[in-house]
Amino acid sequence: MRVEQIAVFLENKSGRLAEITSILAENDINIRALSVADTADFGILRLIVDKVEKAKTALKQNGFTVGKTTVIAVEVPDRTGGLASVLKVVETAGLNVEYMYAFVNKTGEDAVLIFRFDEIDKAIETLQQSGFKILTGEQICAL
Amino acid sequence: MTTLYWEEEIETLPRVGLESIQLRRLQHLVSRVYRTVAPYRRKMEAGGVRPEDIKTLADLRKLPFTVKNDLRDNYPFGLFTVPMEEIVRVHASSGTTGKPTVVGYTQKDIETWANVMARALTCAGAHRGDMVHNAYGYGLFTGGLGAHYGAERLGATVIPVSGGNTKRQITIMKDFGSTVLLSTPSYALNLAETMDALGVDPSSLSLRVGIFGAEPWSENMREEVERKLNLKAVDIYGLSEVMGPGVAMECLQTERGMHVFEDHFLPEIIDPDTGEVLPEGEKGELVFTTLTKEAFPIIRYRTKDISRLIYEPCGCGRTLVRMEKVTGRTDDMLIIRGVNVFPSQVEHVLMSIEGVEPHYQIVVEREGNLDTMSVQVEVSENIFSDEIRVLENLSRKIQLEIKDLLGVTCKVKLVEPKTIQRSEGKAQRVIDKRKI
Repeated sequence: MRVEQIAVFLENKSGRLAEITSILAENDINIRALSVADTADFGILRLIVDKVEKAKTALKQNGFTVGKTTVIAVEVPDRTGGLASVLKVVETAGLNVEYMYAFVNKTGEDAVLIFRFDEIDKAIETLQQSGFKILTGEQICAL
Repeated sequence: MTTLYWEEEIETLPRVGLESIQLRRLQHLVSRVYRTVAPYRRKMEAGGVRPEDIKTLADLRKLPFTVKNDLRDNYPFGLFTVPMEEIVRVHASSGTTGKPTVVGYTQKDIETWANVMARALTCAGAHRGDMVHNAYGYGLFTGGLGAHYGAERLGATVIPVSGGNTKRQITIMKDFGSTVLLSTPSYALNLAETMDALGVDPSSLSLRVGIFGAEPWSENMREEVERKLNLKAVDIYGLSEVMGPGVAMECLQTERGMHVFEDHFLPEIIDPDTGEVLPEGEKGELVFTTLTKEAFPIIRYRTKDISRLIYEPCGCGRTLVRMEKVTGRTDDMLIIRGVNVFPSQVEHVLMSIEGVEPHYQIVVEREGNLDTMSVQVEVSENIFSDEIRVLENLSRKIQLEIKDLLGVTCKVKLVEPKTIQRSEGKAQRVIDKRKI
């Protein structure tokens, strides 16, 4: 039920994102989802890819600082109120969202929400009990 | 079993005996310099002091100081006391901030130097049979050749590897079985990092002790180097104007300070502003007078290094005074908005924070009329997080601790790994962009 995500430290310098994506391309790694969080001085790139270990090794060899964390992916129908319904459950359960991002899958019918929670087990349990569909890493890559 | 002392008698002589040797040598030196070197004689005459005024060791303070500019003014050989045909070697400083300063050695000076350096190596537990990996630069810099002759005198095997070509150095360490490493502390970190990148486990090497010097380094840096290279790190002190490496050396037993080989080099601590000799145990600028050098003796040379002298007996049995680890230099002291800041203090703060790498740089700029200091810290995997909040908290923590310890507000800039230039010899810790 957990999805592995890699995070990369970025200084705010031009061309860094392009460099990362070309390293991944050269290593035949497919990016399924990404988000960049940034401050005035630095940024953190978060990626969900099909080959986690290979991506991590390739980026490290190219001198990047890479971390690995677990997130959860919730699939909801892509219509008004989809995200709100999930967040309502999250709020009621008193879960703290560190950050989140989303993408729409290829068919365009469903949206996938990526969440980083402090209490990941409690989050999975709560969302499942409320009937939400939680995807595995393989499922995301197969979308 | 290791030899504890190289020259037991002199190293453990009661201080009364040592002081009488020092006085005799000092009197002899002063009268010789007065006779043979015009610039020294002129300075002494201007200060109204004659060689016969030196009746006790305390009379040393009557003599004028020698500063780096005196060496430059007499460039290249003006302060030598013997004819050039007696000089068997010269060394010189890099001269990055002006004319280089040149020093010379007679055959006897080279022997004295090898001898004090052998003493230093013995302090670190090195002995005949050791494989001494000498990564100090060979050439005009005194580090390489100074350590080299000492290790040969000791009877150890010297690998004259010099600085740079780091990967090859690691291969050599592995293949030759280096047991004693000599380098700058910043280069030792470069070695450790390269080992890590190459997948070489330092505990698979034979390194036992590292003798590090030629730049100021903090206690926290010592722990870092010891942990990363799996060896015992000891501090050595020296400067070319006085001799080169082997002026003072930490022993394995001491917890604080390096034994000054004071039968050859007489230390004093002065107030850098007034030039007054400070009471025993106080911190100030270190001043050296050479007692036995022939070619290029020096009287009351202001080293600009900040230290203090410790006279309490040491556990190793040596009676030689100890000088505390140099924490900074009067000339690499930064003045940021009126506050004195030494790079080693910033290093101390960084190394006390779990996971922070020992690679840092301080950038000083002037915005309008205000000095700003920013500290660049590399983000390693140990401190990295996927959450902005965690990294921002880290920056803030560094900022607060620097503010607490130094009383100065700085910016902390987190940078990608390996973006701070690695040391091949002396590390460049400060970039001062102020145009004053």
